[in-house]
Amino acid sequence: MTTNEIHERLKARFGDDVGAPTETKGDPWLPVKRERLVEVCRFLKETPGLDFDFCEDLTAVDWPKRSVIEVVVHLLSYQHKHALKLKVEADRAAPVVDSLEGVWKTANWFEREVYDLFGVTFTHHPDLRRIMLPDDWVGFPLRKDYEEAGGWHGIDNVRENPLVELKRLDDAARAEAAKNAPPPPPAPAAPPAAPAPTAKS
Amino acid sequence: MEKLILRRVDRNNEEMILNFGPQHPSTHGVINFIVETDGEVLRRAVPDVGYLHRSIEKIGEGTGYHGFMPFTDRIDYVAAMFPNEGYATAVERLCKIEVPRRAQYLRAISCELARIASHLISVGTMAMDIGAFTPMLHGVRERETINDLIEALCGARLTYNYHRIGGVAYDLPEGWKEKTLAFLDHFDKFLVEFDRLLSFNEIYIRRLANVAVIPAKDAIDFGLVGPNLRGSGVDWDVRRDLPYGAYPDFEFEVPVGRGFRGTSGDCYDRYYCRVLEMGQSSRIVRQALLQLPEGDIMAPKVARNLKPEAGEALSRVESARGEMAFYVVSDGTNKAYRVRARTGSFTAMGIIEQASQGLMIADLVALIASLDVVAPEIDR
Repeated sequence: MTTNEIHERLKARFGDDVGAPTETKGDPWLPVKRERLVEVCRFLKETPGLDFDFCEDLTAVDWPKRSVIEVVVHLLSYQHKHALKLKVEADRAAPVVDSLEGVWKTANWFEREVYDLFGVTFTHHPDLRRIMLPDDWVGFPLRKDYEEAGGWHGIDNVRENPLVELKRLDDAARAEAAKNAPPPPPAPAAPPAAPAPTAKS
Repeated sequence: MEKLILRRVDRNNEEMILNFGPQHPSTHGVINFIVETDGEVLRRAVPDVGYLHRSIEKIGEGTGYHGFMPFTDRIDYVAAMFPNEGYATAVERLCKIEVPRRAQYLRAISCELARIASHLISVGTMAMDIGAFTPMLHGVRERETINDLIEALCGARLTYNYHRIGGVAYDLPEGWKEKTLAFLDHFDKFLVEFDRLLSFNEIYIRRLANVAVIPAKDAIDFGLVGPNLRGSGVDWDVRRDLPYGAYPDFEFEVPVGRGFRGTSGDCYDRYYCRVLEMGQSSRIVRQALLQLPEGDIMAPKVARNLKPEAGEALSRVESARGEMAFYVVSDGTNKAYRVRARTGSFTAMGIIEQASQGLMIADLVALIASLDVVAPEIDR
């Protein structure tokens, strides 16, 4: 099934809560209203003919200009070999999306990752903890305005260019050598100046 | 982390909570499993990942499109061709670049060799985790030849950085084709020998058959991919079902677990699918080398400073650890707005908490080894 056909099915069931497929460059996608996401996904999974049994990916994209975080869900059906992309927009200041863990178990870890790196809260998630970063990490690294805090518990996360360090050692060794070296012998007398070329030859 | 885990454990029984890792020989990298046991029997094992998180996706937003290619190697260093190919394919779809035929063949050849190398490590270390040391050395010995071949091809033995947006970096060196064909002749014999040495070994079979069975329904629900999914009896391979690159030109079979020695979806099925897959990869490389078309290895006029139009693209490739998807979003500038790598190991870790319930501790090692996770691919 193409995205357009799937959209027809969804429109018949959910009306305008599922937007029309956008004809961007690349694959089209369906915008879904945030409140209906779980219902739409369960419908997509359980309806014969659609059978989206595989939640391929769940991730997010941060758009500070529009002040939203998009949660992007890629679905695939093993049986019918068709794919679908859904997008949900959440408010960037306090992003909250319903958890899809009850529909596909794999969403559990994907949502933990999105929570960890984007700060999106998934309601009804059974185990929403940070997954990649330590529990007391401050900030959400994949947001566009993330600033590194400059270390964590005394572990520095910036490092000097090793060449700078090498150059400093080199300079120090050279200064030491210069200090310890015997005074240079008196410079030999300057060689006699070459005879001035004749003006015209 | 520790506090959170402890809070969720029922402390009234005689339970122990152990750290299985992060530095443990059978976790295949720096992963921690917080294991709740009742004697030798597991209540469950909760994976604690993230020790190798390098935020590669964030790095992808800072480098240019071409500049990100060496970083993709570090997503999966055991089979670095696949993230190379996945990322290149995604950007090519974004920029509508057509890859020349010869380059697609070279991609298939390099990827299948990398798959053999990766599976050799996987089955070898699996045997080692179970307690048989010798098969690992046999596997590594054969992988060494593949490393030599790939080094002759692209100059690197581990982090290949061979694929480019629009093609591949180098053409075949002189005499490479003959050398590779000779190696494949040897390798097919080696597989028979390896089967006799390990796969059909009664002790090994008893150790793995009927252990940690993952039914097909769970495998799909938890998003397992690749040999882990096929080991559970789901007949799906991206190379055959959603073909990309040169794969429609080749004849190959997709090995599916059907309870070779026990139940479909047990550790032995996952293991044996990999062994069978190596034979199929060898078939593909042979066909590709014999049919290799002449022509360019790079698409003409791929801009150095690539600026795709605003949009997004998804690519799927069948990596050694299953489907690997790259999702690249462009906002029209010369840097990617978002790069996302969906990897097989990450979702494979998600099933461990459920699949480990009721196993023996020694079987947890078999389960982890049979899922073939690579730590940097989980954490990225």
